[in-house]
Amino acid sequence: MQEGRVLSAEQVNRDLLRSILETPKWFWPVVGVLGLIVLIAAIIIGYMINRGLGITGLNRPIFWGFFITNFVFWIGISHAGVMLSAILRLAKAEWRRPATRAAEVLTIFSLMTAMIMPIIHTGRPWRILYWAFPYDFARGIWPNVRTPLIWDPSAILTYLTSSTLFVLIALIPDFAVLRDRTTGISHRIYALLAMGWEGNARQWKLQIIAGVLLSALILPVFVSVHSIVSWDFGMAVAAKSWHSTVFAPYFVVGAVHSGVSAVAFVLILLRWMYGWQDYIRHEHIDGLGRLLVVVATGWFYFFVMEVIFGIYGREADEIAVRSLQFIQEPFQAWTIIFIVTTYFIPVALWLTRRARRNLWIMSAACISVNIGMWLERYLIIVPGLANRTGFTFSWNSYVPSVYEAIIVGATFAFVSMLLLLFSRVFPLVPLYDIKEGDILKNESVKIGRRVVPATFRED
Amino acid sequence: MAKSPILGLFKDANAAADAGDALKSSGVSENDIDFLTDAPYPEGAFGEREEKHRLYLFPFIGATLGLSAAILLTSMTQLAYPLVTGGKPILALPAMAVVSYEGTMLGAILFTCLGVIFESRLPKLKSGLYDTRITEGYIGVLASVEDGDLDQTRGILNQAGADDVKTEG
Repeated sequence: MQEGRVLSAEQVNRDLLRSILETPKWFWPVVGVLGLIVLIAAIIIGYMINRGLGITGLNRPIFWGFFITNFVFWIGISHAGVMLSAILRLAKAEWRRPATRAAEVLTIFSLMTAMIMPIIHTGRPWRILYWAFPYDFARGIWPNVRTPLIWDPSAILTYLTSSTLFVLIALIPDFAVLRDRTTGISHRIYALLAMGWEGNARQWKLQIIAGVLLSALILPVFVSVHSIVSWDFGMAVAAKSWHSTVFAPYFVVGAVHSGVSAVAFVLILLRWMYGWQDYIRHEHIDGLGRLLVVVATGWFYFFVMEVIFGIYGREADEIAVRSLQFIQEPFQAWTIIFIVTTYFIPVALWLTRRARRNLWIMSAACISVNIGMWLERYLIIVPGLANRTGFTFSWNSYVPSVYEAIIVGATFAFVSMLLLLFSRVFPLVPLYDIKEGDILKNESVKIGRRVVPATFRED
Repeated sequence: MAKSPILGLFKDANAAADAGDALKSSGVSENDIDFLTDAPYPEGAFGEREEKHRLYLFPFIGATLGLSAAILLTSMTQLAYPLVTGGKPILALPAMAVVSYEGTMLGAILFTCLGVIFESRLPKLKSGLYDTRITEGYIGVLASVEDGDLDQTRGILNQAGADDVKTEG
């Protein structure tokens, strides 16, 4: 895991700040197109607020559809960032260096996008303020802390705040680099953000400890967030198939699976867009591919357990849901696509070193995982609510409206646009982390006939 | 006599470490020497003093405050609208656990970040002697010496192999 060449600090600055100090020709047209898609979605959301949720495909008994599926999906993506960054940082994995910040930033933007989904899903978004936040002193109406629908915003806001602070603290040394490379108003802004950072031994020591300490503190929050999202389902008395005890770990591992795949894909895109071949190397994507084989197999285990426990109990409600998922159309076809795209295709590809080092194959595998994981959430939610037992008058199906499809599609444009805008003002690969790796790599030791980098990290 | 800063810029880490040793040998206190770099070097690489800090206290203080705030919030909201559900107590601990946990972690993380900034002595409102070449890979050896010793210190830094030596003004 020590490929690549040692680069000078000057070259690292030049390469990694290129996205900030120069604007590629494609940048504004791409941001413009993405912005247009987001604008169209914003207009549709406005229309939906004006006309009500009647314009969606939601109807009794399926009151959670595309929006909540997309909410769980983006929460899942958000799990990659901190998990990848924190675990690899704690494990002192050298190959983490170029991946951490992009992963953390993806966490922030995914969380922001995820939060939009339940807010617009309420139909009257402004009312969220008084059922989720304890602000209404005058009327004495307070949030009901007994409901998971309050636990959820508390966990997500904690995770969002923590991830943002995590990124900001690690950005301070890079702000100083930008302060030293810019002039005028940009210089003044970066100088303000750098807070007078000069890179003395004390500041670096605290920066390194902060990375480890914050990683250790954020990891339990990351686990809690998707557990609590699973409890949104698990605590719902009416939907019988959501009560499996493996739901929390199943959701967490699924989130890691889709999230790490998304990070791998984003890294490949960044490498291609900004020519960062010296930083995001084949060894990094290979490492992520190997990690994904383990994560995917762990996720598959939980998936199988969840289905087996459901069927083994032979409860009528569970059997009805499993029948919908595995036997009846249209869900049966979606289930087959979901299982094949989430596990069998990508894992088969990731098993070979050649495929893990082929960026086209890795991109296809990562996209495949995320198509499958989106379907997974859809197949948990919609057949779960369409539970066809009891009174037949409540039997109904769910066909998403075009408005829902556009809004869901636009969330991908929204996250891409935010990532691009971020890369325009802040470095998406941590400069000091790369430089530290190069300093440590500079020293080598001879073992037998090989010379290997004497990488060493002391905390 | 008043003290003034002097900054020597080195390309090589070994030369910077030697300059630090030479400064200490000439009588400059360890506390008056600092090494400015653009990346974290292994601790003690330049023979610098050991930095003491109390960062580990901050998460505990934050966690305590966060937990207290979360318990107050969850208990007071339930007591403000005491609705008995399924014969369960008004102050249902399992229901309070999640928000309390998140409050604790939020407090710990917020205070850790504040602690990092505080212990790093940031924000530094008055900028000291600095050179932008430091963020290009140069190592800055910053010493604070008495005005009368500036020339001698400049000589020591030059002798150790400094590419450039700067003083204020």
